[in-house]
Amino acid sequence: MKILLVDDEHELVATLAERLEMRGYEVDWSTSGATALEKACQTEFSLAILDMKMPQMDGLVLRKKLEEITPTMRFIFMTGHGSEETYQEATSSATPVRYLIKPVNISTLTGAIDELTNREGSHD
Amino acid sequence: MVKLKLPRHLHRNHPRSRELFNYRKLWLSRLFILTCVAAGPFLLLALFNQTVGRISAERDVKLRLARLVSNHEINISDFLDQRRTVLDYIIRDNPADNLADSTRLGVILDNLNSSMGGFTDLGLINKNGRQVAYAGPHELLNTNYKEADWFKKFKSRDNFVSDVFMGFRDMPHIIIGVRHQLNNRDYHFLKATIDTRQFNNLLTPTLDIDRGDAFLINHTGVLQTPSRSHGSTLEQVKLVPPEKNDKATVEVQVDGAGKKTFVGYAYLIDTPFILMITEPVASAMDPWRRDRNQITIFIVLGLILILAVVYRTASRMIDEIFAADQHRLQSLDKVNENQKLASIGRLAAGVAHEVNNPLAVINEKAGLLKDIVTSNNQYKNDTKLVSIANSIIASVERGGKITKRLLSFARHMKVEEHPMQVEEVIRDVLGFLKKEAEYRSIEITLETYGEIPSFFGDRGKVQQVFLNLINNAFDAMEKNGHLAIGILATDDNRVAVAIRDTGCGIREKDIPYIFEPFFSTKTASGGTGLGLSITFGIIQELGGTIEVDSIKEKGTSFTVYLPTSGSKENSSNENSTR
Repeated sequence: MKILLVDDEHELVATLAERLEMRGYEVDWSTSGATALEKACQTEFSLAILDMKMPQMDGLVLRKKLEEITPTMRFIFMTGHGSEETYQEATSSATPVRYLIKPVNISTLTGAIDELTNREGSHD
Repeated sequence: MVKLKLPRHLHRNHPRSRELFNYRKLWLSRLFILTCVAAGPFLLLALFNQTVGRISAERDVKLRLARLVSNHEINISDFLDQRRTVLDYIIRDNPADNLADSTRLGVILDNLNSSMGGFTDLGLINKNGRQVAYAGPHELLNTNYKEADWFKKFKSRDNFVSDVFMGFRDMPHIIIGVRHQLNNRDYHFLKATIDTRQFNNLLTPTLDIDRGDAFLINHTGVLQTPSRSHGSTLEQVKLVPPEKNDKATVEVQVDGAGKKTFVGYAYLIDTPFILMITEPVASAMDPWRRDRNQITIFIVLGLILILAVVYRTASRMIDEIFAADQHRLQSLDKVNENQKLASIGRLAAGVAHEVNNPLAVINEKAGLLKDIVTSNNQYKNDTKLVSIANSIIASVERGGKITKRLLSFARHMKVEEHPMQVEEVIRDVLGFLKKEAEYRSIEITLETYGEIPSFFGDRGKVQQVFLNLINNAFDAMEKNGHLAIGILATDDNRVAVAIRDTGCGIREKDIPYIFEPFFSTKTASGGTGLGLSITFGIIQELGGTIEVDSIKEKGTSFTVYLPTSGSKENSSNENSTR
């Protein structure tokens, strides 16, 4: 099971990816929507963790494009902007998603990942 | 009658620079214009009465006097004519030697007195002036009148009336005489002395004016009859003998006492007399003056009434404009306040978002540090490193909570209606104020009684209401105060929130004004007087009500009632207030 991590903040994605890998997840990361889509074409990810607000392509648009490539993909959104509309947009879909506000506690994140991928056990 | 009070705009104490008009000036100009329009006709009437009315009253008095003079003139002329005619008849009817007999003359005198009266004596005088026969009380037979003034005048005329003179008994008399031509060369006169008392009676009884005077003077101004106020008989009258005029005339003279007097007069034909009827101007114009005074009283009363009405009308008009202007300013302030809060909201959201990203990086870096420490045998037992990492993570979490609160505040600046629990909203608000409460040692208790139905509305507005009320409570309290908040559902499906402080309270006389805009007891410490009025406005918008109860020095309790979904169905004007 592979996880795709996308955030325009390089320091954040790199560190978060490393921490998730330490917890046994297989993680790839990218700092833009374009490279994320390229990676999705090459590899099949079962889950994507996306920042809501990114330059060029925001989280919601990226999600749609990723779903086109991999329809079974699940999503977790992270945002520093806790606006109500984006929350409602993000959560109003058939497939279950999670919406987390930065800064995110690592155990909250792994909990959400496990819940969405039905993975057993804790890695914290 | 009419209760007058100063217009409201004159006793307010807040700045007026933003108002549309200078109200004092506007009020004064309206007062002036209305007064002119309303009182002008009245004043014209008064002026008319003073001038035209006076002239016409004067004309009336003069006409009346002239008529009186004419009547008296006829009476007196008749009186003299009668006597003259009688004498003429006697001198023609009786032969000369008959008349020359004093006894016969005495019989004629008796007959005259019994039929006409007023004859004192009768005398027959020959052309040389000697009284050849005499009947009367005095011994005047053979008296020679040749040198007497009246006889000199008399000689050349058919008849004669003399001036008044004092007779032998010190009584005023006049002489009436007639001449009879006996033949070409000889003639004689019959002369009668007449007591003027009878004559005077002609003047007095007909004169009904008690303030006026009627008398005769001769052409040189000597009084021929007694007068009330111009002297007694044979005194010089203190009036100028008027110029000869054929008919009764009235003029204004100044009498001896210096008073202006109407003088009506007429020259009596064939006599030395001028008839005069006088009346002081002051008393003659009395009826007009009385009328004028009454009219003046009416005008003054009318003016007072008009001024009162004008005052009220102008004041009320300006008050209404003033109120409308105040309302405009109030709305403007509310809009400004809302815009200010909205900008604060946007600013807060921007800051929170910008701060969240670095916080997230710190969080992950510290997390990674901790991960590495805990998974590496070399550092595994270094509790200090782990605790440092934990402390960083905990601080990040704290920062995150603050930014989340800011975001939630910003989110609720927008007008959006959602169901909410009032208790949650109040806890949010208390979250903002927690630090201040701790710093000032204010104890806060929040209690909920029973099950509270949710309130449907704009969360930001509800937040603002309680933020304002709780802030006010904080301002009212010194250190160690106690703020008690109680929430309960009322019987009519409303939520009641009571906020009670142990602060300084509100003076009883201020309570009716606390929700009015610009009313503030904190102006010295920067209060705008808008907080409670905005709060009141928002509560009304939400369809709720607010009550206040306060005891000076003990504390204040505000109770806010908000409608819930249950009570909304019953409330018919709910939509219109939104």
